[in-house]
Amino acid sequence: MDVLNAIVALTNFVMIPAVAYGSQLALGALGVTLIYSILRFSNFAHGDTMAFGTMMTILFTWLFQSWGVSFGPLPTALLALPFGILAAMALVLVTDRTVYRFYRDQKAKPVVFVMVSLGVMFMMNGLVRFIIGPGDQRFADGERFIIKARAFKEMTGLREGLAIKTTQGITVVTAIVVVALLFWFLNRTRTGKSMRAYSDNEDLALLSGINPERVVMYTWLIVATLATIAGVLYGLDKSFKPFTYFQLLLPIFASAIVGGLGSPQGAIAGGFIIAFSEVTITYAWKKVLRYLMPDNLDPDGLVQLMSTDYKFAVSFAILIIVLLFKPTGLFKGKSV
Amino acid sequence: MTDTMKHSLMFAAIALLILLEGLTDWSFFSGSWNSSLVILNMGLISAIMALGVNLQWGFAGLFNVGIMGFTALGGLAVVLTATPPTPGAWSAGGPGVLMAMVMGALTVISAVAVTRVLPKGRLRNFLVLAILVVGFLIYRALFDPSIEAIEEISPAISGNLGGLGWPVILSWPVGGLLAAGAAWLIGKTALGLRSDYLAIATLGIAEIIIAILKNEDWLSRGVKNVVGLPRPVPYEVDLQNDPAYVEWFASLGMDPVLGSTLYVKLGYAVLFSIVLIALLWMAQMALKSPWGRMMRAIRDNEVAARAMGKNVTKRHLQIFVLGSAICGIAGAMMTTLDGQLTPGTYNPLRFTFLIWVMVIVGGSGNNFGSVLGGFLIWFLWIKVEPMSLELITLLTSGLEEGSFLRGHLMENAAHMRLFTMGLILLLVLRFSPRGLIPEK
Repeated sequence: MDVLNAIVALTNFVMIPAVAYGSQLALGALGVTLIYSILRFSNFAHGDTMAFGTMMTILFTWLFQSWGVSFGPLPTALLALPFGILAAMALVLVTDRTVYRFYRDQKAKPVVFVMVSLGVMFMMNGLVRFIIGPGDQRFADGERFIIKARAFKEMTGLREGLAIKTTQGITVVTAIVVVALLFWFLNRTRTGKSMRAYSDNEDLALLSGINPERVVMYTWLIVATLATIAGVLYGLDKSFKPFTYFQLLLPIFASAIVGGLGSPQGAIAGGFIIAFSEVTITYAWKKVLRYLMPDNLDPDGLVQLMSTDYKFAVSFAILIIVLLFKPTGLFKGKSV
Repeated sequence: MTDTMKHSLMFAAIALLILLEGLTDWSFFSGSWNSSLVILNMGLISAIMALGVNLQWGFAGLFNVGIMGFTALGGLAVVLTATPPTPGAWSAGGPGVLMAMVMGALTVISAVAVTRVLPKGRLRNFLVLAILVVGFLIYRALFDPSIEAIEEISPAISGNLGGLGWPVILSWPVGGLLAAGAAWLIGKTALGLRSDYLAIATLGIAEIIIAILKNEDWLSRGVKNVVGLPRPVPYEVDLQNDPAYVEWFASLGMDPVLGSTLYVKLGYAVLFSIVLIALLWMAQMALKSPWGRMMRAIRDNEVAARAMGKNVTKRHLQIFVLGSAICGIAGAMMTTLDGQLTPGTYNPLRFTFLIWVMVIVGGSGNNFGSVLGGFLIWFLWIKVEPMSLELITLLTSGLEEGSFLRGHLMENAAHMRLFTMGLILLLVLRFSPRGLIPEK
């Protein structure tokens, strides 16, 4: 019984949150990695692209709510999501036309692109703060839980409850669907194949008649979609705040690099590695250990390896270890 | 017109802007000499930070986005050197903390040694893991009780170790040393990999330094802030109570309050100018020396420089440490100017990316350019807010007083400064990528 209780506590406080967070990170890291493999730079504006898409989704959610439209037990934001994605697509396409294309034509060095993306980051950040303000926004509505802790306790008779939030369920399901679609697109469609060809060898791809501007446009469209979905899922699960989204840049980059920049599979694996390490290292293990240890050996502290405020330190430490021992990432990325 | 003339005119224009701030309250100027001197002082500090970043980016092409972290370490240096020691704190927890630090260092060193000595394989992995786990447990066992003991000592006013009680000016070089130490660690791991990785690694270290300052109460009091740091200049109240000064202010036609605040700010301005001029002179000398030419050669063509027998990684590490140390010095100066360390206010947009805008706009690779960029961008950073407020008032003058749109726009006008900075950066990168004062 105690073992069961321990497993339930572990699932409730570590596994479920980590899986949800990992899915959000993986979607974010996929965007970073795609930009890296096609446009060949680290996009510092990615966090703010997520923030912009999420903001537009929130605005549409409010519009729908004011019309009295709802999505039953699911959050209204899911209805608004397509509009948010369209807005984000428009924004990144305009940015690409006005800003990035000039440097692409010049064949500028990657570090110039990174610098430019800093400028874009500033502008997007300012834009988001200007439109919606710097404060915290919660926009999840509908049913809050799939399983409530109390119902679970009554059902099983265990002392520990297990709660699954609707947003966590939605996150995982959406992430699986989106990733499946993305891989189908990259591996099966003509455009997807031309994207991979362009990423593997630009010159050969150009020789075989692939239109680079088209590849770049599709990349931006996919990246805007991924960023908005990742941002909305994160915002539903926690809350939306422009500065938090900017800060997500670090775990997202860490995920992409740990997996291997430029490798989509790596981005997903990296997202989950970072999420699980962050949650397990900052979790207070006392609750779980109490069930597993004999009574007289009860831990007296919280048995927390590090306080939650150091979660950045965890993603960073993993990043450093990977950079030191395997600079190309776990799945052979293309960068050295 | 020669280049020198043109560049001197640009500096004169900035000086004029700062003077106008004090002279007139037309448009976005405030007409207050205090505000003018505040801009000047922060402008001096910004110029120093820009010098440090220019050293890394302009001389060597290193992309450091962790400036905020090095600045914050400078701030910590002020607390650790200049504040009086907390009575009893050292005896309560000092030895424990030191032992824990030594233990932590020993753990890492022995793990590295084992990795170096043993051949690859399971035995090595197991040993390294065991050393790390055991080391961490011993570290926590030593560390936790000591910091608890320190934090228990009058938590309302101190609850931290306190400092050495040295004169606050000494904390500036100490800030540089702290930042240099952190830069050495990060440079050792991330330099030599591709440029994006250094960027991400420095971004991470900056966040971690801020997290440490916010959470390690025994060190920096965390989010409770350290206030009332000692100052290198007299206090306004003392000046106002000193008849000799009051008389002097009166002879200049100022009341004691205005006179004393200006006197103090001018004092800071003089100190900061001395540091800026000294650093600028050193950077100029470095730029012209064979060392500076070697750095630029490495930046422009690493392979060729390597072929000439230059140790690129070592030189990169060297200049990375130097540049970060300058940022640390500037950070210590800023905390001294504020008189308090508030870890909660460090924000990468303001402390890292804004400095980058300064360097790029001023002209990367040119020391005078960075100084000019530092002053100009700082002035704009302060003044974009009233400017955009005026602009929005003008644009929405057709709308009625209480309309939602107008209220919303007015309320959020403050956020236009990030947008404007991004726009300036993009415009300069596109149309004048070499900046206002280009590299020679």
